[in-house]
Amino acid sequence: MRLRAYLLPLALLGLLAALPLLPLDAPRLLPGPLDSPGTLQLLALCLAFAGVALSYDLLFGFTGLLSFGHALYFALGVYLPAIALTRWGWGLPAALALLAAVALAVPLALGAVSLRVRGIAFAMVTLAFAQAGNVIVQTNPGGLTGGEEGIVLEVDPLPDALVGVVNTRNLYWLALAYAAAVFLVARVAVGSSAGHVWRAIRENERRVEVLGLRPYPYKLLAFVLAGFLAAWGGFVWLLLVGVTPEVTTATFTLTLLVMVVLGGAGTRFGALLGGFLYTLLDYRLRALSGEERIHELPDVVRVPLSEPLFLLGALFVAVVFFVPGGLASVPARARLLLRRRAAGEAAS
Amino acid sequence: MSTFVLLTVTGLGLGAMYFLVASGLSLIYGLMGVLNFAHGAFITLGAYAAWWSTTKVAASYEVELALATAFGLAAGAALGALVELVFIRPLYRRPVEQVLVTVGLALALGALVFGVFGADPKLFELPDWVVDTTSVLGASIPNDRFLEIGAAALVLGGLVALLRLTRIGLVIRAGVENRAMVQALGIDVGRAFTFVFALGGALAALAGVLSGVYYGSVDPARGTSLLIFAFIVVVIGGFGSIGGSAVAAVSVGLVQQYANYYAADWLDWSGAGDVAVMLLLAGVLLLRPEGFAPKVAH
Repeated sequence: MRLRAYLLPLALLGLLAALPLLPLDAPRLLPGPLDSPGTLQLLALCLAFAGVALSYDLLFGFTGLLSFGHALYFALGVYLPAIALTRWGWGLPAALALLAAVALAVPLALGAVSLRVRGIAFAMVTLAFAQAGNVIVQTNPGGLTGGEEGIVLEVDPLPDALVGVVNTRNLYWLALAYAAAVFLVARVAVGSSAGHVWRAIRENERRVEVLGLRPYPYKLLAFVLAGFLAAWGGFVWLLLVGVTPEVTTATFTLTLLVMVVLGGAGTRFGALLGGFLYTLLDYRLRALSGEERIHELPDVVRVPLSEPLFLLGALFVAVVFFVPGGLASVPARARLLLRRRAAGEAAS
Repeated sequence: MSTFVLLTVTGLGLGAMYFLVASGLSLIYGLMGVLNFAHGAFITLGAYAAWWSTTKVAASYEVELALATAFGLAAGAALGALVELVFIRPLYRRPVEQVLVTVGLALALGALVFGVFGADPKLFELPDWVVDTTSVLGASIPNDRFLEIGAAALVLGGLVALLRLTRIGLVIRAGVENRAMVQALGIDVGRAFTFVFALGGALAALAGVLSGVYYGSVDPARGTSLLIFAFIVVVIGGFGSIGGSAVAAVSVGLVQQYANYYAADWLDWSGAGDVAVMLLLAGVLLLRPEGFAPKVAH
């Protein structure tokens, strides 16, 4: 049993690591053969978001903290290295050290303030802080953030292996390493004694207090860890896509929530799967909306079909209604159904 | 001085729109415990419904504006009732799922508006007297500000009268205090739920139409941008309190305008107004986590 618990993640990791070497093709699902740069970039994005979704799940799924400001920490990882490398002319190690320090300090400071309130008020304060971040980025103070246009990243300080279309494969492996690292950290954290307190807080915070524990430091730990992990996802996104202000919007945080709930909140594989699938669907649906066949349809069908966010929002509502545990709960549900049917047959 | 008057009246005009959105949100949250993210879609759809109706009718600008407002209000109310009946009602015992469904609806409806009407702003055609300015204490004030403030004042009076004088108002006030007790007394709270959603939808749509008058146009992102400030107003004003929402809406509108002008001048940075509002929220929550007013529908 112990061995099996390690075998599945390791096998999955091995398979994903080998993907860029396989000349396989999956038409419809992917834009091109597996080893083509376009496909690898899409898969790398899917993996990066799998990691970011899992970092959000540490807050929402495992600790029960509904934050509407997670995009802020992701955006930190996008903007801070870009500003350090491009505007200040720093080297990569210095920029990454700065990111590591700030990605701990900012969630620590903002978490310390916002965790003084609970429930919906907490959600609103996090939303307000993230919105302030969005305003700062959009208004381009001192010409640092580039406003609407974002920043064109200076690539000279980056190692050659991470630059250029031919090296997309390396970026894919970097994204995979990020997702695997988040998975590992989440696994250790959730299994630790702090992780047990997180889940107890999710179930009943008052009870944790009655047992003599202060929930506040544990919640702050979850907040800082989740923010820190999300920031590195932002850095991977920076290398893959570049800088756009849309990563600071409230809608972006909402999509993280959608990913986690879609996959299954409070489960590691569920969050990873949700982030991966959501990103894949988002990009493929966008490609689909550009196709001839869609343009020939009547407006009533064409307009909803060509808006990926409409389809994903509708899918999300359907999952909340009909599959409350998310995709991760489907195997257990199916087993339960089969067992009930078997029991029913045995009874008759 | 004239700048100060202009800023004050403009801040009140903004606050009026925030109040219209926030009062519905606040009643829905106070009564049902649902934080309604779909409210932004009510605003946007109400504004687009009003704009669409002006393209179908050819009359004087005044008549068009009145018809458009009525049509927008009806569309908002219908959408609110529909969302409550179809999406919120089946999830009554699952509050987290209710919030999640409204998030999904907000994303889906927003995308739908974007798909149908496109990203470009749609221009509102307005009567001349709305666009003209009036001189107050030496400041030239655009007349639409008075329209927004007047509408919000009427709504505030109407809501207070509704809550105080009518039977449904009594049920809503009692439900905000203690929903289980009202149900135990044999009163159908479900009808009050549908009613506050329809009311919230209509008020949000009115805010959408007025925002069309204020900005002279409507675009797909209008709902989301108003909604975030309305959330802040609801939290500052206290959930379920109409009076609290009104005070908070005026404070937020004024702080935003003053900071936008004075601090932006001083810091040479145009984001000062919005960030000042975020700081106001953080400050209020840390000093008084329950907001200005306790949870009672006044």
